[in-house]
Amino acid sequence: MSDSKQSTEKVKDSSNGTTKPSSPNADLKLDFSSFWDYSSAPESRDKVDIQEKYGHFIGGEFIDPAKGRYMKSINPATEEVLTEFAEGTTEDVDKAVKAARKAFNGPWSKLSAKERGKYVFRIARMIQERSRDLAITETLDGGKPIRESRDVDVPIAAAHFFYYAGWADKLDYAFPGRKAEPVGVCGQIIPWNFPLLMLAWKIAPALATGNTVVLKPAETTPVTALKFAQICYDAGLPDGVVNIVTGAGQTGAAIVDHEDVDKIAFTGSTNVGKIIQKSLAGTDKKFTLELGGKGANIIFEDASIDQAIEGVINAIFFNQGHVCCAGSRLLVQEGISDQFVQKLKDRMETLIVGDPMDKNTDIGAINSKEQYERINEYLEIGANEGAQMYQNSSNLPENGYFCKPTIFTDVSQSNRIVQEEIFGPVLTIQTFRTPGEAIEKANNTPYGLSSGIWTDKGSKIFKVGQETRSGVVWSNTFNKFDPTSPFGGYKESGVGREGGLHGLYPYVNLV
Amino acid sequence: MYPDLKKTIPIDTIGVEERVSRLNKRSIKKESKVQGLKLALSMIDHTTLEGKDSPGKVKQLCQKAKMPYAPLPDLPTVAAVCVYPNMVSIAKEALKNSNVNVASVATAFPSGMAQLQVKLDDTKYAVDQGADEIDMVISRGEFLKGNYSFIFDEIAAIKEACGDAHLKVILETGELETLTNVRKASDIAMHAGADFIKTSTGKISPAATQPVTLVMLEAIRDYYRETGRMVGMKPAGGIRKAKQALQYLVLVKETLGAQWLSKDWFRFGASSLTNDLLMQIVKQETGVYQSNIYFSND
Repeated sequence: MSDSKQSTEKVKDSSNGTTKPSSPNADLKLDFSSFWDYSSAPESRDKVDIQEKYGHFIGGEFIDPAKGRYMKSINPATEEVLTEFAEGTTEDVDKAVKAARKAFNGPWSKLSAKERGKYVFRIARMIQERSRDLAITETLDGGKPIRESRDVDVPIAAAHFFYYAGWADKLDYAFPGRKAEPVGVCGQIIPWNFPLLMLAWKIAPALATGNTVVLKPAETTPVTALKFAQICYDAGLPDGVVNIVTGAGQTGAAIVDHEDVDKIAFTGSTNVGKIIQKSLAGTDKKFTLELGGKGANIIFEDASIDQAIEGVINAIFFNQGHVCCAGSRLLVQEGISDQFVQKLKDRMETLIVGDPMDKNTDIGAINSKEQYERINEYLEIGANEGAQMYQNSSNLPENGYFCKPTIFTDVSQSNRIVQEEIFGPVLTIQTFRTPGEAIEKANNTPYGLSSGIWTDKGSKIFKVGQETRSGVVWSNTFNKFDPTSPFGGYKESGVGREGGLHGLYPYVNLV
Repeated sequence: MYPDLKKTIPIDTIGVEERVSRLNKRSIKKESKVQGLKLALSMIDHTTLEGKDSPGKVKQLCQKAKMPYAPLPDLPTVAAVCVYPNMVSIAKEALKNSNVNVASVATAFPSGMAQLQVKLDDTKYAVDQGADEIDMVISRGEFLKGNYSFIFDEIAAIKEACGDAHLKVILETGELETLTNVRKASDIAMHAGADFIKTSTGKISPAATQPVTLVMLEAIRDYYRETGRMVGMKPAGGIRKAKQALQYLVLVKETLGAQWLSKDWFRFGASSLTNDLLMQIVKQETGVYQSNIYFSND
């Protein structure tokens, strides 16, 4: 509310010394900022131990990288170096794959399913026990608000381990009449948006089905994976069952290209996904790819409007919009579009952008300088394409990579900001008149990962849901994650499913 | 003007509860806590609505309203005392020369089961006795029957009988059950002239809840955008703790904004809340909790 200064003058009330809000203004603007600001409420860093330097975790021990090179992990909220971590080379990856193979052929495959399940349960409990430490680390390393790492990332990561631990000795029931054999050594490459949670999505089903793992966390957010390695060590998991190799793209390529890896699981950008699929061509490696998205939220005029607003906010501004299944496009029925956009602007004004460690922060730091620059580039592209931009009016911190929550109206289906994944807190808004038009627009991108349907009418949910080509369809809610539910994409959003019963398939050979 | 009920928006209960739970995660500390506690104190309609109320009890209540805690004389007074019509003159006398208003329930409170004329007489009597504010109840039976125009006409008639007194319309949301009903009743009450909409009589369980309050605040916001008129909000019943009060204030701040954060536009209908707020304020001032024996129970 940048131009409402004249109406938000503070008045000192003599009776109790507090500041009183001003009287209503003529232009019917709501004033969310002139009175009763929340004092800062930062989570403390006490007792959270982050080492100055981390090696790889291979064969049950932390070891120095073969070439002795290290990379830096930056706290994106302060631009300060948080820690250094090993840069993985082909030698390191080879060592890790050998350790994983040795463990697969050795103790791990000889364990009964019940004992295997106990290890996975133990890991799940230890994630819960160390939840504060993991949540704070995740926020310091990746810039996401502490509220989200505390209430979403860490609890759901633990839930995935609990869920798949339960399957370990029940695979005969998951695949009746078949025998589920583990695939072998799984190479897993995960992104920076949900570091620990994506690790859980990958490692939990792999271990439960009897595989061993070489996992590479993203180069901007390696620390929780290394803390997870410590959990594996403290849980007494046999050496080599879980190996963590850190590094950037080349390290990932070394995992993909290693001849003794039986399966590749990748979550990340569609571009890298295509490269991986090319290099896997002609091999017999199994693979799953979870790639990009450009999810649409479809709001019908009979929807519960205020709850739909909340859904749209969660869909695009959750985790700074760094969510592959983010609802980054809004399709709203013409009759309510003006009212809806007005309400959306009001709600955006109450979003608190800033220090990720503050418990009241809604939108934290953009994960890296590179991503920060990419988002800003898209803001420019949007403006050049003739779209109308609106941003919330908060003041951004001086240091760190921060981006105001942003919406674009007056956009067309052919605009780049509508077609391409921005992976930031940027929403495009289009209108539609009929369900058919909404479905056509929702499906008209190269992606097909998520969509949301908002209406009070059940029959409409089923009709539109069936015609929406996306792996996940949420109705009257958005960004709900549960380990029991499969997740994956159509078209360029990916191959294969993770989560739920379906998430077991990529990790077993059925005989 | 009778509202267009076809435009009443549906309410999704799960979504409302999720929003409330998210708002409850706001961490109110340090200065903002002190400020919030004092603000909440200033918004209380200090209430006694019992069959055994006596002039003596009402007088005590009024003393507490004027001076909530003698060791801290600079604290704000509460906004009003709320009593039955036959206690209005006593309260009025006890509160003269103070800025504490006298609110009176009326219209066959709490059931509302009476003829319109009886309700009008009840209202006029309370106003004649000096009530600054009237808290009326709607006829829930007629509402649930779908007789919405009856509700609208009744509120409009009572509003007229109020004259200069402010009218708070109690929806008794515990009997309306669904949030969509709450939204519809809020829309009707505001269009019929309510100055405030209020959740509950306190005689029915559940009384005020945060999901119900959020839906009513959103209705107030939409009405403001439609007509330009500000309507106040009063959750009543079941709000006993300072922490709850702060959570309600967060709801108001993030739904309607700063303009509504004053006793002119937001009230708590409560009796035991006052002491918990006082205990928390004293804790903030002194760093230690006082025993409840140091606070009067009026």
